[in-house]
Amino acid sequence: MSGAANDSSDNKIVLSGLCKAFGKNEILRGIDLAVPRGKSMVVIGGSGTGKSVTLKCILGLLEADSGSIQVDGHETMALKGADRDELMKKFGMLFQGGALFDSLKIWENIGFGLIHGQKVSKKQAREIAIEKLQDVGLKPEVAELFPAELSGGMQKRVSLARAIATKPEIIFFDEPTTGLDPIMADVINELIVKCVKQLGATALSITHDMASVRKIADYVAMIHEGRIIWCGPVADLDRSGNPYVDQFIHGRADGPITNHTRF
Amino acid sequence: MQAQAQQDSSQKAARSLNPVNAVLNCFRYVGGGLLSFMEAIGNLTFFMARALGHCFSPPFFPSQVARQIIDIGYYSLPVVGMTALFTGMVLALQSYTGFTRFNAESAIAGVVVLSITRELAPVLAGLMVAGRVGASIAAEIGTMRVTEQIDALRTLSVNPFKYLIAPRVIAGTLMLPILVLIGDIIGVMGGYIVSIYRLGFSPASYLSQTWEILEYMDVMSGLYKAAAFGFIVSVMGCYHGFYSQRGAQGVGAATTNAVVSASILILICNYVLTQVFFS
Repeated sequence: MSGAANDSSDNKIVLSGLCKAFGKNEILRGIDLAVPRGKSMVVIGGSGTGKSVTLKCILGLLEADSGSIQVDGHETMALKGADRDELMKKFGMLFQGGALFDSLKIWENIGFGLIHGQKVSKKQAREIAIEKLQDVGLKPEVAELFPAELSGGMQKRVSLARAIATKPEIIFFDEPTTGLDPIMADVINELIVKCVKQLGATALSITHDMASVRKIADYVAMIHEGRIIWCGPVADLDRSGNPYVDQFIHGRADGPITNHTRF
Repeated sequence: MQAQAQQDSSQKAARSLNPVNAVLNCFRYVGGGLLSFMEAIGNLTFFMARALGHCFSPPFFPSQVARQIIDIGYYSLPVVGMTALFTGMVLALQSYTGFTRFNAESAIAGVVVLSITRELAPVLAGLMVAGRVGASIAAEIGTMRVTEQIDALRTLSVNPFKYLIAPRVIAGTLMLPILVLIGDIIGVMGGYIVSIYRLGFSPASYLSQTWEILEYMDVMSGLYKAAAFGFIVSVMGCYHGFYSQRGAQGVGAATTNAVVSASILILICNYVLTQVFFS
């Protein structure tokens, strides 16, 4: 199994032989990955290699065809309804596009999981939301605005605030720096590191951005053609000895990864 | 290479001209279309059952239901009111044109009130709300699907069926009968205005003829129909939005499909319910 720790009790999430196809198109062809408890794992890989699908399978947003997904040692593939809702309370997620609810104010977005998932009163949720806004470097006045009134970087910060508001045990980051300028990307990376450390959460991120990888990762896994082809500490990334990893991290057109020319 | 390509294309052309292949292709298209249709019916039925189930099981989102009641009910009032008013007025005018040939002008009040309460108010209100609300529901939920807001709901431990679908279905099913009841009154008033001020009827006799012919079941059948149409409009909007394809084109298609399918289902359902109530 590709993973950072072999003892299953040390791992928060364990994926074994995870497969998912859309029609005849096999996206995941047996993903094996272990995410150590309290650590930050970053999955890298080219577009269309199955990074987002892997995250969505763990969250139950997509149903995997076969394999196993264990969270805290419990199998979660078959969970539905109230059991799935209960499991989701462990998770926070920062979506690539923010996925903020346009019809709700910023504080209602951040407090959404608290109000509806944890039955916190609206007044208390608003106070927590403002506190989280300050944690991600935004002023309390932003709380009364709507998502459409914010810039892309501010929306990402709000999305991060929403992801951490419920104090989740596991946080997923789906391409957290995509579409941001380098400075804002670095700000978001620092916020991610700070928030994950404050919460003591386990983080699983997917990104193409190597600067982001080096900043937020404790461990890195590379996915290619639906399989994990390398996994190890971020310190070993530059001496992985894997030609696919080398090509990807250096952004070279020449190398064993050739599917970028398939269209 | 070019010669090979030419040979392949001529072989394909020969295959397509073969009568056996043509018949098989015909069966393949018809069968494929039929299977897709049956799959869509199955998915829609399953979606309706899930939506209904979530309407009656906690947790409930009363603030969402209230918001949808205002969106679907209150904001549709001008459209439904105007439609009913002018339909009642036109009905009185057209009935007068026809009935004077048989000296049956006294039947106009009855024709207006029965046509409005039994058929026109529920069907026209259903179609108008399908255009206004069905499209809006499909576009809103479709956009939420495309921008991952529905996925975000799930990650926040909130079931999208309970938060998005059930409130709309409850509001649609409850509000359309109320809209139709108001439409009934406005439609009859439209007929009254034309009959009194344009055709010279006596107000007292027009109203007494209206009351004499109108029965409890005439109004109630229209309200039952309206509840069914409200359910159809909201479910079709939610269904097409929820399964919207990616991109602006996907949301556009979802909106169109929601309005078209709801309108057709309303007309079919109207025939079935009329048969049940009045046969």
